[in-house]
Amino acid sequence: MSLVFYAIAGLTLAGALAAVLLKNTVHCALALTVAFAGQALLFLELDAQFAGFAQILVYIGAVAVLVVFAILLTRGSETPKDGVYSRNWLAGLVIAAGVFAVLGWAVLGSARALPHETAAPTVTVLQIGNALMSRYVLPLEIVALLLTAALIGAVIVAMHEKEGHK
Amino acid sequence: MTPLAGYLLVAALLFSIGLAGALTRRNAILVLIGIELMLNAANLNLIAFWRYGPHPEALTGMMFAIFSIAVAAAEAAVGLGLVIQIHRHAHTTDLDQMNRMKG
Amino acid sequence: MIETADQIFVLLKHWLVGFLPATWQPVAGVVLSVVAIIAFFPALFALTVWIERKGLGRMQNRIGPNRVGPLGILQPVADAIKSLIKEDIVPLSADAAVHFLAPLLLVAAVFMGFAVLPMGRNMTLVNMDAGLLFYFAMGASTELAVFMAGWSSRNKYSLLGAMRAVAQMISYEVPLLMSSVAVVMMTGSLSLTKIVAAQNHYTWGLPHWYIFTPWGFAGFVMYAIATTAETNRSPFDLPEGESELVAGYHTEYSGFKFALFFLGEYLAMFSISGLGATLFLGGWSAPFSFLGWVPSWIWFFSKLMLSICVFIWMRGTLPRLRQDQLMNFAWKFVLPLTLLNLLVAALWRFLGEGWERWVVCSAILLLAYAFMGWEGMRRGHLGPRRYRYAE
Repeated sequence: MSLVFYAIAGLTLAGALAAVLLKNTVHCALALTVAFAGQALLFLELDAQFAGFAQILVYIGAVAVLVVFAILLTRGSETPKDGVYSRNWLAGLVIAAGVFAVLGWAVLGSARALPHETAAPTVTVLQIGNALMSRYVLPLEIVALLLTAALIGAVIVAMHEKEGHK
Repeated sequence: MTPLAGYLLVAALLFSIGLAGALTRRNAILVLIGIELMLNAANLNLIAFWRYGPHPEALTGMMFAIFSIAVAAAEAAVGLGLVIQIHRHAHTTDLDQMNRMKG
Repeated sequence: MIETADQIFVLLKHWLVGFLPATWQPVAGVVLSVVAIIAFFPALFALTVWIERKGLGRMQNRIGPNRVGPLGILQPVADAIKSLIKEDIVPLSADAAVHFLAPLLLVAAVFMGFAVLPMGRNMTLVNMDAGLLFYFAMGASTELAVFMAGWSSRNKYSLLGAMRAVAQMISYEVPLLMSSVAVVMMTGSLSLTKIVAAQNHYTWGLPHWYIFTPWGFAGFVMYAIATTAETNRSPFDLPEGESELVAGYHTEYSGFKFALFFLGEYLAMFSISGLGATLFLGGWSAPFSFLGWVPSWIWFFSKLMLSICVFIWMRGTLPRLRQDQLMNFAWKFVLPLTLLNLLVAALWRFLGEGWERWVVCSAILLLAYAFMGWEGMRRGHLGPRRYRYAE
């Protein structure tokens, strides 16, 4: 396991931990951006260039900015008086630890059955484009429909109501 | 420990951190942040298996991950729109205070 | 001889790297190219600052800087010294860590974009298969840096400027990508070197640049509009207009950090002009086939400087757009036209060679532009101003 992998994985996990632990919500959003960037670097380490650049473009360029705008529009930058963790935080922590224990046991227990080093599949952008238009054209169209529905839905949900409805 | 096991463990850890965040924080937006972390962990799993697994189909893993990224962005948009509308109605995003069905 | 002049930087790099042992050579080559980019583009930035101040001065019927050095040529040096020795003031209630990181993130993201630009024959730093996607991914990262700068200053003007800037950058990112997608569609590749190679052919001495096709010309115009908005240049500079918002998102920055913001904005202008030259103006290829003896990097940088001069010209000439006018323009005018441009590019390919495709494509684009323009004017109630006086 190379040093580069440990460094990038460390960065990603540190960003994720900061994103769920920090008190200031905007700092959480910026730590989330660091986690996304670390994830993109992990994709590049795995020779998945298209996925890595799409991750930066979509997650950092759009989702992170969306989260930040939502925090600002809901006055999230003021710290609440009762603290930032909910009343049942211990139960949540135990559940998350349990999930990690199960997943970790499954991964380490099946280490013998996992595939070993294989050559990286060379996937060019041309092949992705061809596949999107031939084999995956139905998921592509459905995702297009889904994105349109989400766009219209988000606009309608977040729109200011007219004065008469109050 | 094979490289694949390393990536799967990182993904599992990322998933549980996201789950812990979604279950323990008060602010609704931080729950959505936790959900985004969980989706990222799943994408990491997909790409790790695409890289290190056998390849009957050279593209499936990458395509799955790309569609997952697109759908996650759409879901984040709708979720955050809902949070904004709830804030407009209840003047708070604190989930512990939203324990009544009365509008 | 011509070949040597064309490849002079590549040969220089190989010669310098040849002094090192073989295992270090690839890394040393990359490091040398990176150092060259980091040294050259800020120097070009200094030159551009001088051109801009003199040019704007002349357009505004004044002389511009003329004290420091002959014709004011040392003015950028004076500006650099001033910004380095100024006191670095951070507001007491500002978020210190984010306040510090914002200009660094901006400049880092902008420098990354230069890695995929083909600045000459064989002069691309990293020849990626998905080069254009990488460039736009780096451009998307700059929006977050702008927001960080505005929010961390704890200043209403900064926050307002940052929100406006981010809203504007997001709105114009879609037309920017869509107008580039037409080029990608016609070339069949996301790699910038392949896009330039596809335009490097000549018919009767005239080049096959994409700007000389109807869809390419419309695409270039829309790319230019989106570029001006993405880099917050006039007429889209409401987020940093001095008369509106003090200085927008960089109000609370002084000294070197302000210089970094300034540098970041101009470098973004350079890299996005370079991308426009690559996509539509043929990159490093010469305008006429008999001019092929001029080195390729001279053509690339001439096109880049020409775009910069057009930016300066627009800044000196056009009035500023209001925020709602700018957003309306993006979503209701430019975006539908870019989508139509994709359709027209496809028609161009499928109608085959000949004069019919010129007529059909130009007609569709001109009609759409006229129709949307007429619709926009009608909605905007534009006409002679009616004055209402107090009774």
